[in-house]
Amino acid sequence: MMIHHLSTTFGSLLGRLSLKWLPHDPITAFGAILLAAVPIGAALLITYTKRWRWLYREWLTTQDPKRIGIMYIIVAILMGLRGLADVILIRTQQALSSGSNHGILTASHFQQIISAHGTIMIFFVAMGLMFGIINLIVPLQIGARDVAFPFLNATGFWLFFAGMALINVSLIIGDFSATGWLAYPPLSELKYSPTVGVDYWIWSLEIAGIGSLLAGINFVVTIIKKRVKGMSLMKMPLFCWSVLGSMSLVIFAFPILTVTLTLLALDRTIGTHFFTAGYGGNMMMYVNLIWAWGHPEVYILVLPAFGIYSEVAAVFSRKKLFGYASMVWAIWAIVILSFIVWLHHFFTMGAGSDVNAFFGIMTMIIAVPTGVKLFNWLFTMYKGKLNMKTPLYWLIAFVVVFTIGGMAGVLMAVPPVDFQLHNSLFLVAHFHMMIVSGVLFGYFAGITYWYPKFLGFKLNERLGRYAFWSWLVGFLLAFVPLYILGFMGATRRLDHYSSSLGWQPLFVVAAIGVVFIIAGVIFQILQLIVSIWQRNGELKAGHDPWDGRTLEWSLPTPIPVYNFARLPEVSTRDAYWEAKKTNYIDDRPYEPILIPKNSPLGLVIAAGAFIFGFAVVWHIWWLAVLGLAVSIFGLIYRSMDEHTEYKLSAAEVKQMDQMRFQEIKS
Amino acid sequence: MSSISQNAEVARADRLIERHEKDNTTIFGFWVYLMTDCVLFASLFATFAVLRNNTFGGPSGATLFSLPYVLVETLSLLTSSFTCGLALVSAQARRKTQTIIWFIITFALGLTFLSLELSEFHKFVVMGDSWRRSGFLSAYFTLVGTHGLHISIGLLWMAVMIVFIYKRGINKLTMKRIRMLSMFWHFLDVVWIFIFTIVYLFGALHA
Amino acid sequence: MSEQTKSVKVLVSLHQPEQTNLKNYIIGFIASLALTLIAYFITQYHTSGGRTLLFWALSVLALSQFLIQLFFFLHVGREFPPRYKLMITSFMILVVLILVGGSLWIMHSLDGRVMPTTQQMIKYMNSQDNL
Repeated sequence: MMIHHLSTTFGSLLGRLSLKWLPHDPITAFGAILLAAVPIGAALLITYTKRWRWLYREWLTTQDPKRIGIMYIIVAILMGLRGLADVILIRTQQALSSGSNHGILTASHFQQIISAHGTIMIFFVAMGLMFGIINLIVPLQIGARDVAFPFLNATGFWLFFAGMALINVSLIIGDFSATGWLAYPPLSELKYSPTVGVDYWIWSLEIAGIGSLLAGINFVVTIIKKRVKGMSLMKMPLFCWSVLGSMSLVIFAFPILTVTLTLLALDRTIGTHFFTAGYGGNMMMYVNLIWAWGHPEVYILVLPAFGIYSEVAAVFSRKKLFGYASMVWAIWAIVILSFIVWLHHFFTMGAGSDVNAFFGIMTMIIAVPTGVKLFNWLFTMYKGKLNMKTPLYWLIAFVVVFTIGGMAGVLMAVPPVDFQLHNSLFLVAHFHMMIVSGVLFGYFAGITYWYPKFLGFKLNERLGRYAFWSWLVGFLLAFVPLYILGFMGATRRLDHYSSSLGWQPLFVVAAIGVVFIIAGVIFQILQLIVSIWQRNGELKAGHDPWDGRTLEWSLPTPIPVYNFARLPEVSTRDAYWEAKKTNYIDDRPYEPILIPKNSPLGLVIAAGAFIFGFAVVWHIWWLAVLGLAVSIFGLIYRSMDEHTEYKLSAAEVKQMDQMRFQEIKS
Repeated sequence: MSSISQNAEVARADRLIERHEKDNTTIFGFWVYLMTDCVLFASLFATFAVLRNNTFGGPSGATLFSLPYVLVETLSLLTSSFTCGLALVSAQARRKTQTIIWFIITFALGLTFLSLELSEFHKFVVMGDSWRRSGFLSAYFTLVGTHGLHISIGLLWMAVMIVFIYKRGINKLTMKRIRMLSMFWHFLDVVWIFIFTIVYLFGALHA
Repeated sequence: MSEQTKSVKVLVSLHQPEQTNLKNYIIGFIASLALTLIAYFITQYHTSGGRTLLFWALSVLALSQFLIQLFFFLHVGREFPPRYKLMITSFMILVVLILVGGSLWIMHSLDGRVMPTTQQMIKYMNSQDNL
């Protein structure tokens, strides 16, 4: 009796959590062990090398966007590997699972993996790479010493990290949502998905989404308010313009996501009826709201990549960018239009022909500014002195693949055509062509291009090219068959099909494509290792290895914490390119510089959010209150602190700057 | 000689401008945050508008709401927005005690508003018309409740702020925070205009 | 004082955050109060006819109060150029109009094409205990 009483008390203390939620089937258990091994292994290594203090001081508490950017990129790469593991399982399953063969995964496990792949690739890989590169580059390009709100920026990163951690914990305890990457109700409602998978999905994205919102606010204000004197908006590098466009979308689209996820969470947790099938709920409203965020999200990811392509096109053609002003207008046309096309994701839901026609036409119109940008890149390359390095390869591949994928998109913008292709593999092929070429290739190009600026050496060119060709061939092999399969009627998220359909050969080709992509990834990892190996040889780069045009290339490598010892003087576009033409020697006096102090509070706030998220998933209410209290405490504690900056005197700046100058000389 | 002193003066003014710029940047950043919050409320308003007739046999707004009660709520919030403005004006005149008094009045009015709202919620729940009853009531509780949550955060902030002003007086830092707090409070009143009109007045029209 | 210093002083004053004054708050408060009371009384004492008219009247009253508070309480539109605050506010209003207007249009169009909930369905579902 007593024991029974105790166990129920204890049980309610832990909410829904119990040991039965640890993974049981071999594939999941293996994945869970592998996943748990990464942080544990890292922790052991840090303890063994006695690096905890260093890690805390230099990274965990840093407010420096350059370091935060690198952390974003590391997280994104690790998550990319996890997303790739999901891809291998998906493609293997679909290549095998025909007729009497049921492949390697159960149906429900397959749905979980499909959902995990989409969620992780969009929220933690693409978003992570994007925010990483923005953190690294934007302050440098606008001639700023820092972002507008360094603490907010750091908190944004740690919230992103907390969301990432939460979604990965679901692999170890509990299960993953099996409702696709956008979790449509009523399937995602409690009645049809009673386990914790959807709750993990909701709270992970909620936390990461708030992090993105904070980062978005920071960068909008940074670009508007922190530009160096003389750099008017129309003199900004195009990457900054595209980031401003993208971040404007972030600040207005992510609140919609926050609301949508909250409403679904309320339905699942306290029994409201927003999207339920009965009681006056309307599940179509969920689809409407989630795409009102989801479509801008596509452009949030792709615009910064467009910006990178613009930089790469100009620098590697040794020519100024063709049609700067038209590029800016194209960005803002895309920003506005991307808010007016969301219905094309659910033409088939049953709206009237007037509604479908309007959104179909808007979707076709948005191809126009995108086309303007493509032509501008081509004209930039036309008659340029092309420096055929990997970033340019990625750009050219992007132009080709993006055009094919884009035309498939315009095709589907016609509602009657969409009725045939909706939810088919044709759609899957289309959006992968857009996102992989438009986003991933762009960030690959960007990383290759800016890598020497931060690390002091270039990436190995030959291996980079091997990686490029493996990726491109693999990518086309993996997705062109899906267009055909889509026309043949294959739907997305298919874990098994009849052998009489004759689809298997095409699925096998797609699986072979993945083998090539894996080879590409292996080449990229090799490239990294070999380049570190050769860093003092031929790969050693000065501060300006590509003959750059924008301000970041004027800085010494490694870049000092305050970026610019003396703020640059800007009067034209491509400020550094113009400065290089003159023989100007900067002899202005140094001035004192304020630098934000390190603070662990961003980490504390995010840790509170993680605890809160985990507790709400498992209905452990006391722990949820505790987590929230930790976050609020962190916030109030921070607001009481008046001394958040320290000062480098003019003499110190001078000394540090001249020391670097000496180093460069010797 | 004079050119050197002029340069020094310019440099000092530059630093002054830079500091003003920094404050302005924070205020501007807070404004951007408020704009994102507007979109958050807009999503909730859209949801409410879509679900407004989905009463599923439960009560509609017209049978549930009492307009005179809501008018009292509205007037207390509107007045608190005004007194919050007076607090800002006093702070700008560097009148510490006056600022604190206006903030205490604002706090009291805000607390009145919040307790009126919560007792209304309580009444509905006790009658069996909670958020579980229908899509309409889910949307109602969530929209109005989100506003109430913002009000609670504002009250917590105001309480911290009153202590802060009492202890540290009115300086550049407290001034910046007072400015942001008053923006937040006015913003919540602006959102309430739409809740008052769309939820309560339009709700009464449907009777 | 040299010309240069003078222009610097002007610059500093330009960078002062917009000063607020008592008069603005009083005007804003009285106007808001009046608009609220008008909206309340015409709703409370309206006759059964003319609902559409009332709907538009209430919308106009709310929008006017919104603009009044935006101007007198939140000081939008009173900054010095470049008016970033105004730009971002206008962008927000555009997004809100698209989001709310678009959602209502879409959902209304869908509503007309789904089977309406009948009293019988409501009765049946209400008789079921869970969900």
